[in-house]
Amino acid sequence: MSSELRELAESVFVDAYDRDAVGLDTDLWKTCEQTGLARMTLPESAGGSEGTLADAAALLEAAGAHAARVPLAETDLLGGWLAHAAGLDVPDGPLVAVAADLDVAADGTVSGTLPRVPWGRAVSTVVVLTGARVVVLSPSALTVHEGTNVAEEPRDTLVASGATPLAAGDAPDGAAEELALRAALGRSLLLAGAARGALARSIGYAGERVQFGRPIAKFQAVQQQLAEAGSEVAAAAAASAAAARTASDRGFADDATTFAIAAAKSRCGASATAVARIAHQVHGAIGFTREHDLRLTTTRLWAWRDEDGNDSYWNGVVGTRALNAGPDGLWPLVTGTP
Amino acid sequence: MSETLTKLPALVPEPVELPGHLAQLRAEVREFLAAERAAGKWTPGADVWLSGWDAEFSKRLGARGWLGMTIPTEYGGQGRTALDRYVVTEELLAAGAPVAAHWVADRQIGPSLMRFGTEEQRRKFLPGIARGEIYFGIGMSEPDSGSDLASVRTRADRVDGGWEMTGTKVWTSGAHHAHAFFALVRTSPKDENNRHAGLSQFLVELDRPGITIRPIPLLTGAHHFNEVVFDHVFIPDEMVFGELSSGWAQVTGELAFERSGPERFLSTFPLLASLVGELGKASDVDAGTRREIGALVSRLWTLRRMSLAVAGALESGEAPELAAALVKDLGTRYENEIVDASRLLVDIPPDPGAEPGFARLLAEAVQHAPGFTLRGGTNEVLRGIVARGMGLR
Ligand SMILES: Cc1cc2nc3c(=O)[nH]c(=O)nc-3n(C[C@H](O)[C@H](O)[C@H](O)COP(=O)(O)OP(=O)(O)OC[C@H]3O[C@@H](n4cnc5c(N)ncnc54)[C@H](O)[C@@H]3O)c2cc1C
Repeated sequence: MSSELRELAESVFVDAYDRDAVGLDTDLWKTCEQTGLARMTLPESAGGSEGTLADAAALLEAAGAHAARVPLAETDLLGGWLAHAAGLDVPDGPLVAVAADLDVAADGTVSGTLPRVPWGRAVSTVVVLTGARVVVLSPSALTVHEGTNVAEEPRDTLVASGATPLAAGDAPDGAAEELALRAALGRSLLLAGAARGALARSIGYAGERVQFGRPIAKFQAVQQQLAEAGSEVAAAAAASAAAARTASDRGFADDATTFAIAAAKSRCGASATAVARIAHQVHGAIGFTREHDLRLTTTRLWAWRDEDGNDSYWNGVVGTRALNAGPDGLWPLVTGTP
Repeated sequence: MSETLTKLPALVPEPVELPGHLAQLRAEVREFLAAERAAGKWTPGADVWLSGWDAEFSKRLGARGWLGMTIPTEYGGQGRTALDRYVVTEELLAAGAPVAAHWVADRQIGPSLMRFGTEEQRRKFLPGIARGEIYFGIGMSEPDSGSDLASVRTRADRVDGGWEMTGTKVWTSGAHHAHAFFALVRTSPKDENNRHAGLSQFLVELDRPGITIRPIPLLTGAHHFNEVVFDHVFIPDEMVFGELSSGWAQVTGELAFERSGPERFLSTFPLLASLVGELGKASDVDAGTRREIGALVSRLWTLRRMSLAVAGALESGEAPELAAALVKDLGTRYENEIVDASRLLVDIPPDPGAEPGFARLLAEAVQHAPGFTLRGGTNEVLRGIVARGMGLR
C-alpha cells in the first residue's frame, strides 16, 4: 500500500508544482479530494480513506518534498480528527483545528482570537478546541487578519465576536494533548520531506554547476557537506517515520507516543537547520534569489521547524522525561520497554 | 525538481519494530546484568567494547546462549535472528558491560564464516565463538595503509600446501589475547588499473611460528593495540578465507555489519546515564539543562531507530552500505557530543583514578574519544561513501 500511495502522491504533487504561485492550490486540493488523499486516515463515514498513520506519513513526507500548497495535515490529522472525535459531522473542504481560549456565551455564540491559524483564510471551517468544548466555525463569520509564515503560507489571525458556531460538542478526553501531538507529528513529516527536497535539489545543482573546470560535486569539500546533509535527511526521515509508527501502534494516549513525537519533532527541527544551511551554501548566490526554487523547500524548513513547538520546546519535554527516569530509567525510556 | 527527487536513493531503510517476543529476551538480559552488577562482578565503563576485556564474562554470556546467536545450532550457535542479537548487544552496551573479549568474533567473524567459510573452518571456530572461548582480531591496517586499505603490502607467496606470509599489521585490537585474526593480504602483484584485485583474506592463528606481537600503548598507556609482524609465516591452504583474490569484496561486505551496530552510538551511553544521575541530585534542574539533555536523548532515540532499520535490512538480506556509513558518521559524532555535554553541564573534572562513577566515566570517555571517529573507517571516508551513494562521485 505505502509504496503505491507514495507514487500516487508524488505524481500528483509533481503535476501541481508551480514555483511562482502562493496560497492554497485549489486545483491540487480538488485532486487530493478526488483521489482520497485529502482525508487519508478519517473513517469512510467522514469522507475518509480509512488509511493508517503510516499512509498519512508517506503522503505528508511527499507533500513536504514537493512543497505542495495544500493543508493535508491540517484537514486529516487535525480538523477532521477533532470534529469526528467530538462526535460532530466532519465538514467538507479543507479544515484546520486549533486550541484557543474562547468566551462561550449562554446562547452558544463565541468570542475571542485565534492567532496565526494555518490556512485560516482558505479553509471551509476551523475546528476549535476551547476548554472541554469543540466548536466548529466558518471563517466567513470571523474577521480575518491575513498573515504568513516565512514560507509565505497563510497564517491568519481570526477574530470571533459573538460568532455562531456551525456545530458544537464535548471534547474527548486528552484532546489538547493529542491535538498538539498530532500537529507536531504532521509537521515532523513535512519537515522530513522538505529536507529531502532541499537535498535532492542541492545534489542536482552540484552536478550541473561548473567552477574551476569541473562540476562542484567533484570537490571533496562539497561532497562532505552534502554527505552531512544526507545524514541529517536520513535522521529526519527515520525519526518522523518511527514516530508515526509508534503513534499508529500504540495510540496517542500512550506515553511512548508522546516521547517519540517529541523526540522526532526535535530531531527534525535540528535537521531542518543543518540541511537548509548546507543547501544554501552549496547553491551559492543563485539559491538566495526569488528566481530560484531552492527557497520553496528551505523557507518551509525555516518556517516549520518553529511551528507546533520548536526543537527547544520538545527538547524540554524529552529532557524532563529523561531526568524523571533517572540514570537507571533512561535506557528503558529510549527503548520504550520498561 | 521531480527528476532530482527521484534520483536520490533512499537514505535509510523502512522503520523496524522489534517483534514482541523479544521483550522477554530483553528482560532476561536486564535481569542477568543487574544480578552481575549487584554481585560486583564488574563496574560499568565507557567504550567497553574496546576496553572491557573479561574472558569470564564472555563465557557466562556464551553459557546463556547470548553469543553467536545468529550462528546455526549445528555449529554451536542459537540459530536466532540478527534482531535477537541486536537486543542482547544493545542491552550489554547500555549497561557498560565488559564485552571486548568476544566482540569481534561475535559481531563479525561468526557471520563472515557463515558467508564465506569452509565447512572445516566453521567447525573449527564457530562452536568456540558461541561459547565465548575463542577470540578474534582484525588484521587490515598497516603502517602505510589506513584509509587507503587497498594499498596493503603484506604479501603471501604460494608454497607447497599453502602460503607464506610476510609483512606488518598495526592497530590490531586485542591481538595479544586473540586466538586468530583475519588478515587482508596481497596474493598477486598490484595491478595499477585494478587496485582491488589480487587481495585475499586468510584466517591466521596467532600462535604460528614467525609471528611477533608487540604492544602499541594507547595514549593512556593501556595495552589495546598491537603491531603484528609476519616473517615468512606458513598459512596452510585450509586457512584461505573465502575466494582467493576476492578479499576486497569480502572485506567491504563485512563493513555493513561492522558499521551500523549499536556500538557506533552507545560507547558513551553509560556516561550519559551517569550525567542524568548527577543532574538529578539537584533539587531542581534549570530549563536550559533540561533541554540540552532532551536534545541528546532525542538524537539517541533517532540513532537507535536508524540503526535498527539497518539491522532489519541486513536481516532481510540487503546490504545497505550507504545507510550503514551514514549511521556510523552520525553516531560517532554523537558519542563525542555526550562527552562535551557531560563536561559542560556538570562541574566535575574527569578523574581516571576516581571511584566508579561520573568522574571516572568522563575520564574514560575523554581519553577514548579520538577513536570513535577513526576506527572502522574515518568519518571523512564514510562521508565519501555517502557522497558516492548519493551520486556525487
Ligand atoms: C581504537 C581503534 C581500534 C582499531 N582497531 C583496528 C583493528 O583491530 N584492526 C585494524 O586493522 N585496524 C584497526 N584500527 C585502524 C583503523 O581502521 C584506522 O585508524 C583507520 O582506517 C584510519 O587509518 P589511519 O589511522 O591510518 O589514518 P589515515 O588513513 O592516515 O587518515 C588520517 C586522516 O586523513 C583523513 N583522510 C585519509 N584519506 C582521506 C581521503 N581520501 N579523503 C579525506 N580524508 C582522508 C582521515 O579521515 C583522517 O582524518 C583501529 C583504530 C582505532 C582508532
